[in-house]
Amino acid sequence: MTLATGQRVRVLEGPSVGHVRTPAYVKGKQGTIAGVWGSYGNPETLAFGGDGQPARPLYYVGFRQTDLWPDYAGPATDTVYLDLYEHWLEEA
Amino acid sequence: MSDGHGHDHGHDHDHGHDHDHDEPVEGALPAAALRTRAIESLLVEKGVLTAEAVARGVDWLVSRTPTNGARIVARAWVDPAYKQRLLADAKVAAGELGIDAAQSVTVVALENTAAVHHLVVCTLCSCYPRALLGPPPAWYKSNAYRSRAVVEPRAVMAEFGTELPAEVEVRVVDSTADIRYIVVPRRPAGTDGWSEEQLAAIVTRDSLVGVVQPVAGEPVAV
Repeated sequence: MTLATGQRVRVLEGPSVGHVRTPAYVKGKQGTIAGVWGSYGNPETLAFGGDGQPARPLYYVGFRQTDLWPDYAGPATDTVYLDLYEHWLEEA
Repeated sequence: MSDGHGHDHGHDHDHGHDHDHDEPVEGALPAAALRTRAIESLLVEKGVLTAEAVARGVDWLVSRTPTNGARIVARAWVDPAYKQRLLADAKVAAGELGIDAAQSVTVVALENTAAVHHLVVCTLCSCYPRALLGPPPAWYKSNAYRSRAVVEPRAVMAEFGTELPAEVEVRVVDSTADIRYIVVPRRPAGTDGWSEEQLAAIVTRDSLVGVVQPVAGEPVAV
């Protein structure tokens, strides 16, 4: 799976066991790929003496604040962007 | 013991009295500092690293300052071609100014415009471009900033004195993985004709995170 800029994605909802870099507040939420950073070692194994292989594509993913927090107080155009590894994303 | 109140006297550290390790006491160290020292001394004993290497690393880190970021921003304000190179590769752009960013991970510069204002946070820990700007501000590491910046960024910025119109998209960037971010604030009005050095002097550490915007004021003599 390779995701492209502009593609809609959903963040997987699995439990965070170990050094997971996907915050709970985006799990299950839908966003849009805004950029592709390249491949980086997987922190979930790197943090425990592993080699981080296979490397994982890392994406810049944008979310609307109102999709994350239903009672968001600011304008509907405000956003949150995060860096998420491919194995935490599925096409939406 | 793991509750932070334990008194593990297996290490070479003489107490002779009883106290709570969570409250720093003069002459003693908090539990986390003691643990760090114990791990460091073990690594030195085992030959994994040397005390000199640790000292060099600490010296190098504290030699990194927000001044590096201010110089980069000031150059970007006066030189549009440099700004494009900065947005394309911040480490290369830092190198152009003689700022050594070689030890840094990937750094991405986020340009604030009339339409988009970036605010950087690390909700999971305290990721920050240390190799470029040195240690982060204390508030950046606080639970309050880390939890609130992503939920109510405008309220957080207002507490720093920053109020943005509703037409401006506030884009919170949560530094969750391998990328470190530096904000390129907007050049304030009233700075026409200022030298690069005068401009750099108004680019504060906090403006490189996005909680405040540089203010012109009177140009300082540099």
